[in-house]
Amino acid sequence: MLKNIKIKGLLAGLVGATIAFSGATAAESTAKHPERHHYESAGIFGKFDIPSIQRGLQVYREVCSACHSLNLVAFRTLGDIGYNEDEIKAIAAEYDIDTIDETGEVTSRPGIPADYFPSPYANEQAARASNNGALPPDFSTIVKAREHLSFMPWSSVYGEDYVIALMTGYHDEPPAGFDLLEGLFYNDAFEGNQIAMTPPLSDGIIEYADGTETTVEQMSYDVANFLAWVSDPTMQARKEMGLKVMLFMFVFVVLLYFTNKRVWKKVKKGEDIDPSEV
Amino acid sequence: MTTHDDVVEERRNFLYIATGAAGVVAAGAAAWPLIDQMNPSKDVLALSSIEVDLSKIPLGQNAVFLWRGNPVFVRHRTEAEIAEARAGDTADLADPEKDEDRVQKPEWLIISAVCTHLGCVPLEHHGDFDGWLCPCHGSHYDISGRVTKGPAPLNLPVVPYEFLDDSTVRIG
Amino acid sequence: MASENKFEPTNPTLKWIEDRLPLMGLIYNSIGGGYNVPRNLNYWWNFGVLAGFMMVVQIVTGIILAMHYIPNIDLAFDSVQHIKRDVNYGWLLQAIHANGASMFFIVVYVHILRGFYFGSYKAPREILWFLGIIIYLIMMATGFMGYVLPWGQMSFWGAKVITNLFSVFDFIPFIGDGIVNWLWGGFSVGQPTLNRFFSLHYLLPFVLVGVVILHVWALHIPGSTNPLGIDAKGKHDKIPFHPYYTAKDAFGLGVFIIFFAAFVFYIPDFLGHPDNYIKANPLVTPTHIVPEWYYLPFYAILRAIDNKLIGVLAMFSSILIMFAMPWLDGARVRSMRFRPLSRFFFWLFVANGIFLGYLGQRAPDDILWFGLVATSYAQMATFFYFAYFLIIMPLVSRMETTKPVPTSIAAAVLEANKKG
Repeated sequence: MLKNIKIKGLLAGLVGATIAFSGATAAESTAKHPERHHYESAGIFGKFDIPSIQRGLQVYREVCSACHSLNLVAFRTLGDIGYNEDEIKAIAAEYDIDTIDETGEVTSRPGIPADYFPSPYANEQAARASNNGALPPDFSTIVKAREHLSFMPWSSVYGEDYVIALMTGYHDEPPAGFDLLEGLFYNDAFEGNQIAMTPPLSDGIIEYADGTETTVEQMSYDVANFLAWVSDPTMQARKEMGLKVMLFMFVFVVLLYFTNKRVWKKVKKGEDIDPSEV
Repeated sequence: MTTHDDVVEERRNFLYIATGAAGVVAAGAAAWPLIDQMNPSKDVLALSSIEVDLSKIPLGQNAVFLWRGNPVFVRHRTEAEIAEARAGDTADLADPEKDEDRVQKPEWLIISAVCTHLGCVPLEHHGDFDGWLCPCHGSHYDISGRVTKGPAPLNLPVVPYEFLDDSTVRIG
Repeated sequence: MASENKFEPTNPTLKWIEDRLPLMGLIYNSIGGGYNVPRNLNYWWNFGVLAGFMMVVQIVTGIILAMHYIPNIDLAFDSVQHIKRDVNYGWLLQAIHANGASMFFIVVYVHILRGFYFGSYKAPREILWFLGIIIYLIMMATGFMGYVLPWGQMSFWGAKVITNLFSVFDFIPFIGDGIVNWLWGGFSVGQPTLNRFFSLHYLLPFVLVGVVILHVWALHIPGSTNPLGIDAKGKHDKIPFHPYYTAKDAFGLGVFIIFFAAFVFYIPDFLGHPDNYIKANPLVTPTHIVPEWYYLPFYAILRAIDNKLIGVLAMFSSILIMFAMPWLDGARVRSMRFRPLSRFFFWLFVANGIFLGYLGQRAPDDILWFGLVATSYAQMATFFYFAYFLIIMPLVSRMETTKPVPTSIAAAVLEANKKG
């Protein structure tokens, strides 16, 4: 009887939860479901793909940063993706940071590691004015903001995949009968299929420091890895600690199981009950 | 003689002790993040150095800068003041220290502006020793920042700094 | 029962303290060897302790997050990111707190449904049951306000939608008109709203602790019920809480922590909503506003009804109706083990609840099956929800022929042993 209840409860819960959440992302969408790519950061042993992230940083700095801010990322954190202190100082110093001088005038100074990536626009209005009314979103949490996880792996959308799909989703001509608004571009990964962003990447638009070929696919993959790190910089520390916690907890639970069993031994058997008194 | 019961007992005790020990380890490991989160965070640690332009501090003047949330004195000392500081080496000090050990260049004294008594900021050009006077509880410091009178136990500490060039110093 | 094993320290120092403040005795008699509990509690009885554990986890991590969080509409979002990026172990504590809310609700839902199944609400445990419902209501309020604090898109719009529920009371003279503005402290959800939600989110958990103490107190008067639903009679029916149930709860807790840790370390955002990674923007509504999963069934009930006032009332009644359960259920037998028909409807009720949750996160006009939209299904499910309490429970409980109930817990244990 006991087992029966447990199994029923478990089944009801599992079936229900599966049904309930399978539809989480199934809502009607005009955007193509992004193709799944392989990342070194995926899985419970996932690690940051440092060379790819560094290339992605280069794509961000030379392409994306013209319009997209990275407000929550400090130069100092580049240490996490393999840059040493001098390299970080050099990168930071390439940026001008607003400051106020002794006379109260706004001026600028070279960045230091403690500074954050400066925004390409002074404020939201300036950003919209330069972009046909559209606001280029900040990139600090963009991969997490585009991630729709579901119990069904195939209906989940991963933020990195979305970035790649968007970068490679442009079509020169919209499909026949599609009414594309003036100044917008057709992109099959974008909700509504028309996007204000000019296709940002093209083959060979930049040259990678490490000599990797700069195809659109390669750059998309690298910038996706970079933005995934930006959105979730503690991913690797989290998974590493998780492994330790899990291993420990499994041992601990086994110990607790046997302790519990030992404590209950007599009671379970009913040895302490005098049948004549029941 | 070990009986069967003894063996069972021993095994049971071992199990209980192992479980208890694992529980203690788990509790300890869980407690550490709760404690460590109060330590300075990464952004606070990153802001731990400032650069100061010395060319803007006239001779004989004192400038105050904020470093790690606390004021720092940068004193541009005159020849007379340096001589006075050196002469003070022989005085009866609570915390004996030589002036030459407290400066990299004698004309620049760069010290913490936090009174070693209870943390107030001493006033410049005050006190009986031409240095500083802490208004809170009356500690006097000489022109080398050494405590000469009052309840403060230690000299105003020299902060870590480095001359980047003749007119720029990096504190921290 | 409790007087059989009294706490009498032999150590003179402990005795000196105990004579003056019998705190150790109180603990001993509450969760120690002095509290005698039915010997046949199964693992469903672990969930009360798990809920207590989650309450402590949420309070501890919450107090810590409040040391770093800034309740300011311009800084709140960034301060949460600051916690996740810069504060030592901040990512861990934030993930524990955010997922902890879900875990707290999971264990409380199991705990409540265990009460349904085994008739824990029946005499003499009515007050215990009421206190439990109050705890659940406080949890819902606390969870809702906590979700607003990160000031993401879902925080903001969730706050706006839920506070707007109270605008249905605008027919009440004098207070009705201004009730929403009073809640907001303005003309929309804004800085005053965030500040007061932060204050209340910090306060309510301590109110919760108070009610939990009453809940545990009320539990110790009749003692725990048990899977057989019969009262414990002789000394053979009971065993001391410690070491038996401390060991069993510790094992259950260990298993639960593994489940919890899997979320925290491997899928910390699974139960959250991606829109909350976008800073709140009062000008842009997300295409689809969904509350946290633990509110979904009630959200579905709200949306099932076309009339705003009735919808809101239905939503609140769907929880408040549990107060009437001790009288709606007229069965003489507590446990559904001996009430097969009730048991059947119970599982139907659980499935219906999960179905309501599913409907709660679909857009109202989504066409699901047989050409019917989500709202139509929500109406059917809402009807069943209330029918369960108002029709099925009163009738089935009074008319059902129950299976034979064992004479005592000990007898049932011996019987089970005989069968092997």
